[in-house]
Amino acid sequence: MAGKIKVATTSLAGCFGCHMSFLDIDERILALAEIAEFDRSPLTDIKHCSDQVDIGLVEGGLCNAENVHTLREFRESCKILVAVGACAINGGLPAMRNHIPLQECLEESYLDAVGVENPQIPNDVELPLLLNKVHPIHEVVKVDYFLPGCPPSADVFWKFLTDLASGAEPSLPYELVHYD
Amino acid sequence: MPCTPSDMKTVADIVARHDADPTRLVQILRDVQSTFRHIPAAIMDRLAAQLSIDRAQVQAVTEFYTFFSTEPRGRFDILISDSITDHMLGSREIAAYLCERLGVTPGQTRADGQVSVDFTSCTGMCEQGPAGLVNGYALTNLTRDRVERIVELVNDGTPVSQWPREFFVVKDNIHRADLVLGTKLQPGSALRWMFQRGLDSTLDEIAKSGLRGRGGAGFGTAMKWKFCREATGSTERFVVCNADEGEPGTFKDRVLLQSYAHQVFEGMTVCGAVIGARRGYLYLRGEYLYLHEPLNAVLAERRRAGLLGSNIIGRPDFEFDIEVRIGAGAYICGEESALIESMEGKRGVPRNRPPYPVTNGYLDQPTVVNNVETFAAAALIALKGGAWFSAAGTEKSKGTKILSIAGDCARPGIYEYPFGTTMAQILADCGGTGAMGLQIGGPSGIFIGAQEFERVLGFEDLPTGGSFMIFDQRRDVLEIVRNFTHFFAHESCGFCTPCRVGTSLLKNQLDKICAGHGGKADLAELTHISKLVRATSHCGLGQTAANPILSTLERFPEQYEQRLKAISFEPGFDLDGALEVARRMSGRDDAHAHLAQEA
Amino acid sequence: MTEHMLTIDGQRIPFTEGQTIIEAATAAGVYIPHLCHNPEFKPHGSCKLCTVKVNGRNCSACTFPAADGQEVLNNTQELNETRRTITQMLFIEGNHFCPSCEKSGNCQLQAVGYYLNMLDAHFPFFYPSREVDASHHEVMLDRDRCILCELCVRASRDVDGKNVFALSGRGINSHLIVNSTTGKLKDTDISVDDKAVHVCPVGAILIKRKGFEVPIGERIYDGQDIGQVSLEHEMPIVEEAEHGR
Repeated sequence: MAGKIKVATTSLAGCFGCHMSFLDIDERILALAEIAEFDRSPLTDIKHCSDQVDIGLVEGGLCNAENVHTLREFRESCKILVAVGACAINGGLPAMRNHIPLQECLEESYLDAVGVENPQIPNDVELPLLLNKVHPIHEVVKVDYFLPGCPPSADVFWKFLTDLASGAEPSLPYELVHYD
Repeated sequence: MPCTPSDMKTVADIVARHDADPTRLVQILRDVQSTFRHIPAAIMDRLAAQLSIDRAQVQAVTEFYTFFSTEPRGRFDILISDSITDHMLGSREIAAYLCERLGVTPGQTRADGQVSVDFTSCTGMCEQGPAGLVNGYALTNLTRDRVERIVELVNDGTPVSQWPREFFVVKDNIHRADLVLGTKLQPGSALRWMFQRGLDSTLDEIAKSGLRGRGGAGFGTAMKWKFCREATGSTERFVVCNADEGEPGTFKDRVLLQSYAHQVFEGMTVCGAVIGARRGYLYLRGEYLYLHEPLNAVLAERRRAGLLGSNIIGRPDFEFDIEVRIGAGAYICGEESALIESMEGKRGVPRNRPPYPVTNGYLDQPTVVNNVETFAAAALIALKGGAWFSAAGTEKSKGTKILSIAGDCARPGIYEYPFGTTMAQILADCGGTGAMGLQIGGPSGIFIGAQEFERVLGFEDLPTGGSFMIFDQRRDVLEIVRNFTHFFAHESCGFCTPCRVGTSLLKNQLDKICAGHGGKADLAELTHISKLVRATSHCGLGQTAANPILSTLERFPEQYEQRLKAISFEPGFDLDGALEVARRMSGRDDAHAHLAQEA
Repeated sequence: MTEHMLTIDGQRIPFTEGQTIIEAATAAGVYIPHLCHNPEFKPHGSCKLCTVKVNGRNCSACTFPAADGQEVLNNTQELNETRRTITQMLFIEGNHFCPSCEKSGNCQLQAVGYYLNMLDAHFPFFYPSREVDASHHEVMLDRDRCILCELCVRASRDVDGKNVFALSGRGINSHLIVNSTTGKLKDTDISVDDKAVHVCPVGAILIKRKGFEVPIGERIYDGQDIGQVSLEHEMPIVEEAEHGR
C-alpha cells in the first residue's frame, strides 16, 4: 500500500485514561497496525510530530502554557485533529477549579494549606505557568472531530479510526455516545 | 446592613402608602431603593411579611430590575445613557471625565458612599444628549462644564432638588407636526363626541381609521378593543397604556406625555368606555420619573374637570380612573405581557401566548395594552372620525407616525409624517443628507444603507415604533452593531434558552471579531447563532436581537470581512492575559511565561 | 362528533380540544424532545427544545394548542440540529461535568444530548460561578447543573404548596433561589418526599447519600434512549389528563 495512516496522540491536562481506553481495543491493535503507524505519542515516546501526521488524537484540556504550545504543534502537524474525552471537549474534571480564582488555588496549594513547609509559589522557568482557567481545546485551535466519554470506550476509537481509514465520514451510533 | 427600628418604621410607611398591595411591589421597591440606596436583606424579609408574599419574590424582583441593587449605591447615584446616539455625542468621554473627577470606578460606589456612576440603557434623551440620570431624574446636555458643576454639587452634598433647573430641562423639539401633534384637543371633547355618537359607532370609527398599534407590532387597534370587549367570563377589564418607551433611539412618547398628556389620557378613557373598563394604568418607564408628578397633576386636573372618576361628563353610568405605575429599568417590560407581569409585582418575563392579554391580561382579566401614541391618536379619531385619520397614509398603513430622529443630522427631534413618506424626504427635512445608513425601528428594527433611501415609512415597508437613527460616513457600522448587541444581551430577561444564552454568545462572538481575533469561520458562526436566536426565541426581544447583525451582514459584508484575519482559528479570550495571575504570583516574566495570541 | 386531527411529519395524529401539540404527540406515541416540560405540570415553554414547525412557523410544542389541520414538522434534520445547538447552549452556560455527577446516566439533559448525537458543546464555555447549597441534611442543591427549567419551582408551588424555589436575576445571570431569609435550603420546610425534590431533570437537586447507587449499565438511559423512556412514562399521564378533560 501507498503508506500507512500516521497517527499521533498526546495528553494535555488529562489523566491518560483515554490512552488506556484506546489500548483496550486489545487484539484489534494488530489490525490497526496494518493500516496505521504511530507518530508522536506517549506510546512510542516520540517527542515531536513528524511533518505530516494524518490524525492527531488529543486527550486532556489546557491548564497551562505548555499545553497550549503542545496543542498548537499538534494542530500544525496534523491534518485531522481530534478532541478525545471529556477534558479535551469541556475541560473535564480539571476545569472544576474554574470557579475558584487561580490566586486562591495557588495560595491554598503552596502557601496557606495545613502542612505546607517553606511556603512559596514555584517559580522555576522549567515549570509551565498555569492559565487562569482550564479550557477545552476547541477554544484555542480548530478541532475537526470530537470523541466524547470519560473515557471514550475502545469501541469509539475503533469505530472512528476504521471509519476514517475506509474513507467514510466518521459517525458514532447512539450506543457509543457517552459523556461519562 | 442591620436595620434600625426607625428604618422599619420607614418601610412600614412606604408599604402603607401603597396600601400593602403586593401588585405594587415594584413601586414599593422603588421607594425603598431611593430611601436606602439599596434593598437590604432585612428589608426584603420585612416587605415579604407585610405584603404577605414570598421572600423569594421580593428578592427575585429586586434582582431583575437594574434600578434596584442589593449593595448600597451612592447618595448621588448617577447613570449615563449608553445608547449609540449618546456615544456619538461624546457620552463615553463625559462619563470617563466624570468618574475621573469624582474618583469613582464605574459600577462601584465611592468609598465614602457619596456617589456612584454607572451606565444604563438609552434614557430616551437622544436628541439632547449626552444624557443621564441622577437619583432617577433625567439629566440632559451633559458637557464638561456641567460635569464640573455636578462634581462640586456632589462633593458638597447639595440635594438634587437644589441643583440648577437647567440641568433637568427636557425640550420637546417638535419640528414637524401633522394629524396627531397638530390637532388641538379640548380636554373632554372626544369623550362628549363619543357619547353623542355612541360606543359602538366610536369603535366603528376607530376601525374605519385603520389605526394600528404604534409600538411597532402594528396590531389593529379596533380589533384589539373588540376582542377585549367581547371577552367572556371576566369580572373586570383594564386599560393599560404602555409608556415603557425603551427602544433605544425612541423618545416620542416622552414628548406626548410631557405636552399631550390630556390627549393620551383621553384616549385611554375612550378605550375604557368602549371596552367597559373602570381602571386604567399608565406604565411609565423608570427613566421618565421626571414626568411622574406632571402626569399626576394632569390626572388630578381631569378628575376635577369631571373627566375621570365617577360620573364622567355627567354620565352616572361611566366610571373610570387612571393610575401611573413606574418601571425600574427593564427594556423587556415594553413587551405587553412582561409589562403586565411587572404591574403585578413580578419579574418582567413575557408570558406564553395564547392566551393573549385581551382575554387574560392584568390580574388575568381582559386587558387592552396600547402604546402612548395609539391612545393619543384614538382620542382624536373619537373626536374627528375615522375618515379624518385614514385620509393620510397608505393602503396598509393609515394615518401618520411620529418619529424620534436622532444621530447625524442638523435638526434632531420629533417629526410626524404620513405613512408612505420616503426616507430621502425625511432626511432632507431634518438635515441628515450625509447619511450612510439608517437604523429604523431601533436596535430591534433594521439597518438600511443609502441605496435604500427611497423606501417608505409603513408597515408594508419600513415599520418603526418611532426610533430613527441617522449615521453618516464617519461612523463605524460594527461599533453601532456592537452597541446594539450588548444592549440585547443586557436586556434579555433570561426566560428562554436561545435568547438567554444566545444573546451572550452573539455579544462575545462579535467582540471577538471586532477585536481582530476572528477568522472566516467566526463570521459563519456569528451568522449561525444569529439565525438560531431569531428563529427559536420566546418573544420579540430574542426574535429581533440578531437583527442588527443580520441586517448589516447583508448590506455591509465588507465591514465584517475587513476585520477578519487570514487564519483558521484564534482564541476568543486573551491567552497571554490568562497567564497574568501566575506570572505575578511566581514573579516570572521570561519567554516561557508568555503566550502569543496567534499560533 | 368528528375527530380532531393534525399531522406530525405527515403522520395523522388525533387530539382532543384543549391539548397542546406535545400532549397530542405523546398520546399518539410520537416523541418531541423536551426538558422544561413535564406533563404533570403547567406548560412552561422556556427551554425551547420542543421547537416544532407549525404550518411553517416555529412554535413550542409544549405550550402551543393543537388545532385542526395543523401540519407539524418535528423529526427533521433542521429541527434536530437546532435542538442540538440549544442543548449545547445549556451545556456551556452551566458547569456540567458528567463524569463526576451523581445524576449521570439518569440525566435528561445528557440523554437529550445522546439522542441528538451531540458530541461536543461547540461554544466557548462560560464556566459561571454558582453557589452550591449543601446546608440541608437530606437535600442537595448544586446550581452548577441547573438549567432554569423551573420544574422545581412549579412542583413546590403547585403540588407541595410550599414555594421553596424561585428564579431570580435577569438574562444570563438568572439563577435559582431558595425562599428563606438565609437563602439556604436548611431554613425552608422542604422535605425529601416533596415533589420538588424529585422532578429535577438534571443533577441540580439531589437526595443525599443516594449518589451512584445504580451501577453503570443499569441506569435509565444506558439501555433506552430518552424518546422511549419519555413516552413510556408520559403517555399514561397524558391519557389520564385527557379523560379528566
